[in-house]
Amino acid sequence: MRELATELAIVGAGPAGLAAAEIALRHGMPVCLIDDNPAPGGQIWRGGQAGAAMAGHPKLRLLTATRVVAAPAPNCLLLESADGASQLSYHRLLLANGARERLLPFPGWTLPGVTGAGGLQALVKSGLDVRGKKVIIAGSGPLLLATALSLKAAGAQVIQLAEQASLASVSRFALHLWHWPGKLTQALMLGWQLQQVPYAMNTHVRAALGNDRLQAVRLRRGDEEIELACDWLAVGYGLLPNLELARALGCKTHHGVVEVDHVMRTSRRDVFAAGELTGIGGVDKAQLEGRIAGLLIIGEYDRAVALAKRRRRWLRFAAALEQHFSLQPAIAQLASADTVVCRCEDVRFGRLAKCGSWREAKLHTRCGMGPCQGRLCGAACETLFGWQNAGSRPPVFPARLDTLAGNPSTAEVT
Amino acid sequence: MNRHCEVLIIGAGIVGCALAESLARNGLAVTILEAGVIGGGCTAAGMGHLVALDGSPAEWALSLAGVQRWQVRAHALPAAAEYRECGTLWLASSAAEMNEAERKAALYTNYGVSCQLLTAEALYQHEPELAPGLAGGLLVQDEAVMYPPAACQWLLERAQAMGAQLLRGRAQRLEQDGVRLEDGRCLRARQIVVAAGNQSRQLLPELPLQPRKGQLVITERYPGKIHHQLVELGYLQSAHGNAGESVAFNVQPRATGQLLIGSSRQFADTGLADEIDWPLLQKMLARAFHYLPGLRSLQAIRTWAGFRPATPDKLPLLGPLAGHPGVWLATGHEGLGVTTALSSAELLSSLMIGLPPSIDPRPFDPNRFSNANTPICPHALEDALT
Amino acid sequence: MTLIHIKINGESVTVAAHSSVAAALAGRPNRLSVGETAPRAAFCGMGVCFECRVTIDGQSQQRACQVLVREGMEILCDA
Repeated sequence: MRELATELAIVGAGPAGLAAAEIALRHGMPVCLIDDNPAPGGQIWRGGQAGAAMAGHPKLRLLTATRVVAAPAPNCLLLESADGASQLSYHRLLLANGARERLLPFPGWTLPGVTGAGGLQALVKSGLDVRGKKVIIAGSGPLLLATALSLKAAGAQVIQLAEQASLASVSRFALHLWHWPGKLTQALMLGWQLQQVPYAMNTHVRAALGNDRLQAVRLRRGDEEIELACDWLAVGYGLLPNLELARALGCKTHHGVVEVDHVMRTSRRDVFAAGELTGIGGVDKAQLEGRIAGLLIIGEYDRAVALAKRRRRWLRFAAALEQHFSLQPAIAQLASADTVVCRCEDVRFGRLAKCGSWREAKLHTRCGMGPCQGRLCGAACETLFGWQNAGSRPPVFPARLDTLAGNPSTAEVT
Repeated sequence: MNRHCEVLIIGAGIVGCALAESLARNGLAVTILEAGVIGGGCTAAGMGHLVALDGSPAEWALSLAGVQRWQVRAHALPAAAEYRECGTLWLASSAAEMNEAERKAALYTNYGVSCQLLTAEALYQHEPELAPGLAGGLLVQDEAVMYPPAACQWLLERAQAMGAQLLRGRAQRLEQDGVRLEDGRCLRARQIVVAAGNQSRQLLPELPLQPRKGQLVITERYPGKIHHQLVELGYLQSAHGNAGESVAFNVQPRATGQLLIGSSRQFADTGLADEIDWPLLQKMLARAFHYLPGLRSLQAIRTWAGFRPATPDKLPLLGPLAGHPGVWLATGHEGLGVTTALSSAELLSSLMIGLPPSIDPRPFDPNRFSNANTPICPHALEDALT
Repeated sequence: MTLIHIKINGESVTVAAHSSVAAALAGRPNRLSVGETAPRAAFCGMGVCFECRVTIDGQSQQRACQVLVREGMEILCDA
């Protein structure tokens, strides 16, 4: 096992992590930037050139395709990649490991051809060929529009965009956008580029149809149901912060986000958080928070505080997002008794409905006991049953046993 | 609200549920009190290895009877209980340990338990993944593994089918002829059984129980990788020694194809914090790699820690508690609560009902550590021992 | 566009460089679910759901969506 040491460890090379890294490197501080993805950029800049300017910086150690699997000792992370395990000791740690999609069960959602909304976008950015394919995009939130745009640009035929929120709710959100001019421009551009795509509000996916692969989708719009044939169905119900690592480190969380103060300090000494982890608010909020954390970490407290004042408007944006795209009750009632909820362990809704808590479901149905460690079904059960999922057991990601076994041998210092 | 019942069992772990079933079968009106998930305490934390251990004659008697009771009932267990008769393969790494295997073999044979001494060659035929250099082993064919929370749930449902009642609530303190719950309710019962594992001390702080922390790791599914529950013969030293910390090689093939890797023991002076002790976990894994080098590249999904309720002599507390009329104990099973749930239940229900127990109850007398030893259940005892 | 040659279940496939293995699989089932042995394919696309697990160059349990193709890579699906 390699032994690494750094001044600042940043987990997540998306907008927040990159913004903080840039400030720290400019200051001359050694940085170790860790990301599970094959390249920097996070989900939003996946497949792009993000972070290219920084690559090769003598004080930067960039560890892509690398997972943080545990925090075995104070100021120490256990990492794993295809090259093996390393143990990284740090003085400061910035958590910027972003969000995942809220993916909720409905009949047929396990069929090949059904993906997350951001999920299909990520696959397309990673090279999936969708030219000429018929795609339906459904769920909730502005990410659906971004996905539609990516799919269109990649040559897919987006035959339907379905937003579960009502027209009134989405319109109110749109009317508020003038508070954030950048977002308004972005929305108008999106609207222009997507003008040929049918965009239906108050509409959700009832079922994905097909035997061994997706063939059609049943949509419910108000009181009517329609079936559309398609090749891909991309469904996502907004984003959820990836809290596992923060919880493993003992950082306090509240209402599903990592608690931070005005300058991005978590409840744990030496640990900071920025970006979607502190509340889903998009790329502008993430970059701003990354810069605030970066400034604080290099000792520029006053500049960090000054910048922190601009955070409020993005927190309002985050709140508006949450409010206007909140889920309609029907979305939590799509699964039938035989719908699989836990995809790893094939646990169906009917068995879970007999349980009274997440822990009971885990112990008596195996829900959440598979390799995703409850990342999907834990969040789904929270929406479906209101169960609180207080956290998972180590490792943060499944890892090789010899990674967990440790035994550091060689030392390297960044 | 006041409720009356003949027997109130505090704790729906596997011991409490087995006792509820046994008493209900004998026609008693049983209520079982549980605040959390059924089988969610020590029952859920352990490995679910059904194994006879011979650390002492009393342990041997209770655990052998336990294994045999499970064998008899295996056909009735639900699939979720994942009962799998994979056998226990004790591994000898030296000639001295091979002698120990031979001693154990003689004991098993003496008690009519089938077992097979394996030469090194035969050992590797049984388990090709084992590291080279082992001296041999002892295979106890009829022992099994299972998933205890599901077996516990099954026992509870059996008890309920015979009239037992499950009551939701947390016991706060024992009172004269009853139990006061946290929510203020008082439950009256002629007999009260404390079967709350480590939490029994919250009701009876004087009990000689000490939480003994253990840590486990479970992998992804690798069906066919190993075939038997593998245990190093040094395990008994770890289980029965009183060392502050120890690890022993113990790997189990789950019915799912997952491998469950143990084991560690440490006394938990810091209360019941279930965080992983990484240095000890790493020591445990190093021990596992020593016996099964192929484990290194397998994916671990989860680690966890639990607490065995340990007594100073590694034997459970089964029987009436002196100074507390009507209060019985069924706790302190350390790492053998799952194995001995049925035999413990049978023993204690015999004492409670006044039937002759099939196992000598004296080594399990809850009052054995105090000087003021009071005789227990004289009528039943004399029948049993004559 | 640079092309890369890989094998999926022994079958030669040509894909664009910088593609992920999941993209190369193009929605084909890569595993069977544990209970009902139903076909499954990439779902979350970002390393979270573990549905796209395949064996890559002999290493099992790899998430296809988080690994980029390399020349000569051999991918094994269970479905």
